[in-house]
Amino acid sequence: METKLPPASTPTSPSSPGLSPVPPPDKVDGFSRRSLRRARPRRSHSSSQFRYQSNQQELTPLPLLKDVPASELHELLSRKLAQCGVMFDFLDCVADLKGKEVKRAALNELVECVGSTRGVLIEPVYPDIIRMISVNIFRTLPPSENPEFDPEEDEPNLEPSFGRDPRHGERLVYEFFLRFLESPDFQPSVAKRYVDQKFVLMLLELFDSEDPREREYLKTILHRVYGKFLGLRAYIRKQCNHIFLRFIYEFEHFNGVAELLEILGSIINGFALPLKTEHKQFLVRVLIPLHSVKSLSVFHAQLAYCVVQFLEKDATLTEHVIRGLLKYWPKTCTQKEVMFLGEMEEILDVIEPSQFVKIQEPLFKQVARCVSSPHFQVAERALYFWNNEYILSLIEDNCHTVLPAVFGTLYQVSKEHWNQTIVSLIYNVLKTFMEMNGKLFDELTASYKLEKQQEQQKAQERQELWQGLEELRLRRLQGTQGAKEAPLQRLTPQVATSGGQS
Amino acid sequence: MNPCPCFFRLGKGRRGSIRFLSPPVFLSSDLQLLQWGSEGSLNHRDRNSTPQPLLNPRGGLLPCCPGAGRGRGLGAGREAVTSSRRRKNMAGASGLGTGPGAAGGDGDDSLYPIAVLIDELRNEDVQPPLENLATVEETVVRDKAVESLRQISQEHTPVALEAYFVPLVKRLASGDWFTSRTSACGLFSVCYPRASNAVKAEIRQQFRSLCSDDTPMVRRAAASKLGEFAKVLELDSVKSEIVPLFTNLASDEQDSVRLLAVEACVSIAQLLSQDDLETLVMPTLRQAAEDKSWRVRYMVADKFSELQKAMGPKITLNDLIPAFQNLLKDCEAEVRAAAAHKVKELGENLPIEDRETIIMNQILPYIKELVSDTNQHVKSALASVIMGLSTILGKENTIEHLLPLFLAQLKDECPEVRLNIISNLDCVNEVIGIRQLSQSLLPAIVELAEDAKWRVRLAIIEYMPLLAGQLGVEFFDEKLNSLCMAWLVDHVYAIREAATNNLMKLVQKFGTEWAQNTIVPKVLVMANDPNYLHRMTTLFCINALSEACGQEITTKQMLPIVLKMAGDQVANVRFNVAKSLQKIGPILDTNALQGEVKPVLQKLGQDEDMDVKYFAQEAISVVAQRLRKLDFPVKDSGEPSVPRADKNHFPRPRVPGEDTGKGPVYPLHGDTRDTLAQLEIAELVHFSQSRD
Repeated sequence: METKLPPASTPTSPSSPGLSPVPPPDKVDGFSRRSLRRARPRRSHSSSQFRYQSNQQELTPLPLLKDVPASELHELLSRKLAQCGVMFDFLDCVADLKGKEVKRAALNELVECVGSTRGVLIEPVYPDIIRMISVNIFRTLPPSENPEFDPEEDEPNLEPSFGRDPRHGERLVYEFFLRFLESPDFQPSVAKRYVDQKFVLMLLELFDSEDPREREYLKTILHRVYGKFLGLRAYIRKQCNHIFLRFIYEFEHFNGVAELLEILGSIINGFALPLKTEHKQFLVRVLIPLHSVKSLSVFHAQLAYCVVQFLEKDATLTEHVIRGLLKYWPKTCTQKEVMFLGEMEEILDVIEPSQFVKIQEPLFKQVARCVSSPHFQVAERALYFWNNEYILSLIEDNCHTVLPAVFGTLYQVSKEHWNQTIVSLIYNVLKTFMEMNGKLFDELTASYKLEKQQEQQKAQERQELWQGLEELRLRRLQGTQGAKEAPLQRLTPQVATSGGQS
Repeated sequence: MNPCPCFFRLGKGRRGSIRFLSPPVFLSSDLQLLQWGSEGSLNHRDRNSTPQPLLNPRGGLLPCCPGAGRGRGLGAGREAVTSSRRRKNMAGASGLGTGPGAAGGDGDDSLYPIAVLIDELRNEDVQPPLENLATVEETVVRDKAVESLRQISQEHTPVALEAYFVPLVKRLASGDWFTSRTSACGLFSVCYPRASNAVKAEIRQQFRSLCSDDTPMVRRAAASKLGEFAKVLELDSVKSEIVPLFTNLASDEQDSVRLLAVEACVSIAQLLSQDDLETLVMPTLRQAAEDKSWRVRYMVADKFSELQKAMGPKITLNDLIPAFQNLLKDCEAEVRAAAAHKVKELGENLPIEDRETIIMNQILPYIKELVSDTNQHVKSALASVIMGLSTILGKENTIEHLLPLFLAQLKDECPEVRLNIISNLDCVNEVIGIRQLSQSLLPAIVELAEDAKWRVRLAIIEYMPLLAGQLGVEFFDEKLNSLCMAWLVDHVYAIREAATNNLMKLVQKFGTEWAQNTIVPKVLVMANDPNYLHRMTTLFCINALSEACGQEITTKQMLPIVLKMAGDQVANVRFNVAKSLQKIGPILDTNALQGEVKPVLQKLGQDEDMDVKYFAQEAISVVAQRLRKLDFPVKDSGEPSVPRADKNHFPRPRVPGEDTGKGPVYPLHGDTRDTLAQLEIAELVHFSQSRD
């Protein structure tokens, strides 16, 4: 077995999906980002799935499963499954109330039955179960109500068949599916005939659903499928790659990226060493470019987790990752910049000193740029690096490289930044430097001051030069002969000095 | 306002940040082959300040509006390619090429834009770097590389094509990473026509394998090039090879591939005879029109006119019209809206003798339902074309059947729907005359004119000249004139500005006499308004109207007001007076200029406010020029001349900020400019010394 998953717990609700713990997303922005956009009136549309369902057949309640003798159990089960395969329009809340109630009851019973009764899952019911699930959950997702849907600000479009009421149809189907996969009687060797590549592909397409509850279920289910069907693992990884690549380079729209990454995080966790080239490629060609996407904030926590997982597996990838992050470093989006800094700190937390040496210079040049950012949150986040003891020890070990890379910026920003918190943070950092290596600090201060002086002097000369030139020009224009001599005399020596410098 | 639901195309909406291409990364069995540029290259986004002609990412959020902001910068690159090639070829330069490795320069410059890269190379050296660029991930770069390769292919002789270009295409088509294979899809069609038969067979074979590629990205690329490739193939091959590929792609597991097959369908259909169409293409198209994915159905609706033309009248009647009816009542609003957009074109493309009956019997019932659709985008899509049907249906049908629909839409709750109806009034005007509508029109217009959203008000203002022309001067004076004047004091600047332009267009339409009687007095009254913004509006109106009104009105009525406003206490008004005087100067005669305008401008030229002074001086120079042109010698030696006035004596150093024409000259920063300045000063000194 090439990969191993962490032992699956047996969750009953998707709120504890049993995936490896993923840290909650960083609260990157102190401002509450309340949407100013007017709430759009919900348009009444139906999901595409109801298009071909015109059969409004009457459903009649069947006897309860527990009331029939074991010999008839499976026949009744099949009939119940068939009943659950009838679709209703959950937007129209008054139509077919009776039919919906029957289906709901049947589903509830099925969930109950599969979860608790042993010996229900025998081979002949597998195709019925998978068919029932497919009919209920597979559909073309409707167009987004809001083409510029911003997952952070807009209310998601909740799938009507999930309903506000937790007892509603589709949710029960997912619940049933989950119980089915987790049942002790479940046999992957039988199920693999029905849970095939096509099935998985449709499952993956559903991750684009706008309803977070549905995606939550899908996440848990896909995780189980990945764990139980060894033959589908490579295929699932490949299709995830395709989804990500399409998301990065083609459409920039996919709602389930965070969920997929969460699953992948736990998959990466189980990778065997040494890492296969395929997995390394996934890191370099998919995960790193994912950082460039506009809606990064939605899935950044999961993405960072995946990246760190990789580095914990194989430290030699550190250089690629950090250089990749520096390459995609956001230039205008401060919110993303803060996220990048957060991820960088997570990486530095696990970095090996030998790797740190390879990237310290470009890295700290970038950190210095962040410190000088006029956005105080960016500067603050960058300065927090010095509160991290491990990073501090790395800096100390390499202070002859790191200090010169950041010193000038720190010194300058400490004089200029508008935000007092930043200024005091920088003072602390400078103090740390002084304690770290007083001699180096003094040298750097001296050379910095000299540099500044030279710069100032040069600027002043330049200004005088221009002033003289301007005066000269004005006199010329006015054509007054007598005034010409004065500026010329003033100009001439300056030309000589500045010419000598250049 | 019009959201485009079709985000499912090849190509992507661009993100805001600009990224430049990374060095081509070759996928190999080992990661070590990944080449990171030197440290500098990782920071290449700092180069934003240097001109980057090539890598303008496509603008616009919606990829379905191709061309928006796309490729403009790239034109420069193409020029660079052709011009450099021409130059080098003419010079007969045949020295050994340095090869692709040395081409782009290393380190920082490895990311140099394509155009510059190519500029340094001779023709046969162009291919390898382009081949590398055709494998990068960034879609814009790859597309551009493919485009350049396509151009280069045209320059090859058939022999060279087979020797150099075809192997390149093959290499790309069998690349490891999907990027090179997607690029290859776009290159088959350019080398096919001139290849030998054996090579042709190979090319077809390769295209076939890409159509069933493992990655959906490649299949999408292949599907999008299928139509183009079909066009260069022999008819037999189209039938025997392209059609099966088309059928396969149209039933792909991914809807993003299937919808591209619909596009290809148009090109393929154009190549086949009616009988072949029926047997080879129609089954697939029927299936696409009922596809379970709304995106595919949307595509059918979106391409409906093209399909209709390609399929011919017979299939249209038998198959496409029923399919169209289904699309008009599709369960997804996006599909209905796309179909509604095509209603007019559908009618126009029908055979003239039957079209009235077909529309009346088969389409109109569906249209009637769409008028009260639940979705506003559907209604506004319909409103934008429905008026066009009146020319097809003729006067009687229009009055009987369409007019009620127009009126219903004029009362629609959504302003966009009403606007779309109003903006297309001219179509109806030709058929039944606008009078039929005017009673319903007026409330609709008034309501839009007072809409709370300024963009709606702006839109209706823009239709005012059109409406005025069709409703006539009397109706206008009676009902609409007051609206036009009210817009002048709107609290949104864009509305006031548009209202000003609107007045100008109205004057052009109704003549100066009308202007003198109705517009000018009202405008001039505003010059005494306590609100300085309104006083400024007077000036803006005068700027716009003076030309249309002519010299007499301008001199007698407008000029005195403008001159009076020179004493306004608000500086903004005063410098706008200067601007206005500059603007209306050309219309005035010399007496007015000399006697009235000049003294006022001179006074403003001494104003305490810097901006007023600046604009006054600018106006003085323009007025002076005009006077000089009118052969009136002016003596104005006493006043300081305007910066641009005289450059003959010696060159002025170029200074930033000069281009904006404003304010004093600021010192330069930066070393290059520094040196430049020194050089110029040295020159200057030399010059003045030698003169002395």
